[in-house]
Amino acid sequence: MAQAVIMLLFGGAIIKATITDVFLRYVKEGLRPFLLVAGILLVAAALMTMWYDLRAGRQAPSASSSPDGPEPSADPHDEHDDGHGHGHHEPRVGWLLLLPVLGLLLISPPALGSFAAGQAGSVGLSAASDYPPLPDGDPIEVSLLDYASRAVFDSGRSLTGRNVKLTGFITPGPDGKPMIARMVLTCCAADGRPIKIGMAGVPIDAPADAWVEVVGVYSSQIGTDPVNQAQVAYVDVTSWQEIDEPKQPYA
Amino acid sequence: MSTTTTTNTPDSKKSADDADKGIRLGSLEVLAVLLVLLVLARSHLAGLLASPGMQTWATVFVSVLVQAVPFLVFGVVLSAVIAVFVPRSFWAKALPSHPALAVPAAGLAGVILPGCECGSVPIAGSLIRRGVTPAAALAFLLAAPAINPIVLTATVIAFPGEPQMAIARGVASLVVAVAMGWLWLRLGKTEWIRLPHRPDLDDASKAKAFWAACRHDIMHAGGFLVVGAAAAATINVVIPAAWLQSLAADPVISVIALATLAVLLSICSEADAFVAASLSQFSLTSRLVFLVVGPMVDLKLISMQTGVFGRRFAMRFAPATFVAAVLVGTAFGAVLL
Repeated sequence: MAQAVIMLLFGGAIIKATITDVFLRYVKEGLRPFLLVAGILLVAAALMTMWYDLRAGRQAPSASSSPDGPEPSADPHDEHDDGHGHGHHEPRVGWLLLLPVLGLLLISPPALGSFAAGQAGSVGLSAASDYPPLPDGDPIEVSLLDYASRAVFDSGRSLTGRNVKLTGFITPGPDGKPMIARMVLTCCAADGRPIKIGMAGVPIDAPADAWVEVVGVYSSQIGTDPVNQAQVAYVDVTSWQEIDEPKQPYA
Repeated sequence: MSTTTTTNTPDSKKSADDADKGIRLGSLEVLAVLLVLLVLARSHLAGLLASPGMQTWATVFVSVLVQAVPFLVFGVVLSAVIAVFVPRSFWAKALPSHPALAVPAAGLAGVILPGCECGSVPIAGSLIRRGVTPAAALAFLLAAPAINPIVLTATVIAFPGEPQMAIARGVASLVVAVAMGWLWLRLGKTEWIRLPHRPDLDDASKAKAFWAACRHDIMHAGGFLVVGAAAAATINVVIPAAWLQSLAADPVISVIALATLAVLLSICSEADAFVAASLSQFSLTSRLVFLVVGPMVDLKLISMQTGVFGRRFAMRFAPATFVAAVLVGTAFGAVLL
């Protein structure tokens, strides 16, 4: 029965994190329907276990008094060996599932920030075959990945003469100056790698992990990431402001 | 939540009077106390996690679990369907009667068992119980967690633009599984295997057996997944990328390092591709070895195999499988990647 409660909590925690968008701190948005179905199945398995347990509890006295009871294993003493050497019909290791429940319901750790960004090397940029002109807009919102790849591989040709708006969090650069960064996920936060962009121009005095929106123009300066020697693009900041963390924190 | 479940039931008082229920209510009470303590200690725990390193650890830990949960649950449900609703005689009838032919057939049959290695160990045990030759059941045990559609799909998703990774994983794993099955036919001794009793799968009510199998596998595999996620998060935070990169530089050391890592991390085969993808400093070959070794030999599998088949079996089977998986994985990596 305790295991059923753990499953119920675990399924409930998954469903809650999915509905409240907390799960976007950990995985890609595309996982949403699968998480919902998995959470519902966990809850269903928990409820069915409780139901059978309670029914077994009701039948146990009569089953033990009549030797030819219809369901011999309704008596919990018959289920002792689960086949894994624990000596009890419920695997003890399952109690560890309380840890993610605790993590999801009580703590909800934040999305990866400057610590992870400082530990891993910048994403390796891949050159596109051509860089179409940026859409209209002044300033025009550009993703950090798009900006970096246009700046490094296209020498900023499609960026010159445009005001661009970049959104990300502050992470300290190798020279101590703040950089703007965003984590890129393939699947989950375990594979998160940062895309970092150096900032010149107007000085920024926001603390690490603060989310900012900077408006600036292309800078021809190119740096290197000390962790993996990847090329790092720069932006010449003309104005900036602190903002709230976006709903989808990853690129 | 635990209080509602007990007070909601009209029978709770009656079952509390029942002496047989003493152990079960005991664990429920422990759980209730534990939950209350956790809620009370919440702010203290949050303080422990205030440092950026611990915070990143918690984020990676939770995210590995959240990512793996759908794969784990669907795998467990499907394997429970097959374990309970596929007739017991089916496997014996479906496999060729000659053992040497039954081995590759059973290995290929792993394709239709979507699940992770945690599910395949008890199933291999019940296959042997149903009269399937042990060599074929072992080939199935090794192949099923690595070559089934859910795991291969996860591998394709984890390595975008590199579909040859999933192909190499499937073929290499099948080769290792069949080779180990044939090796067992030549060298294996039946008395090494000792099977315990597992009554809940034989339940008269199929629905009850199904939900029992689901619950058991979720709690069992889920618990080991928590261990794996914690280890993965620790490695992610503690080991500096630069140090891993120094191991990754040498082709031989990188293969040995990732094969060892696969054994230590004990990640579910449905989630390991995502971890392999994040080890991006390493060569594709060494990551392929990681994916071939992981579902076949790891700490949790060794303990599960010890539980299901006995210690004399696990002591011989796991090291032999490790060597075979490393050799075959490296060979396929050199050719295909």
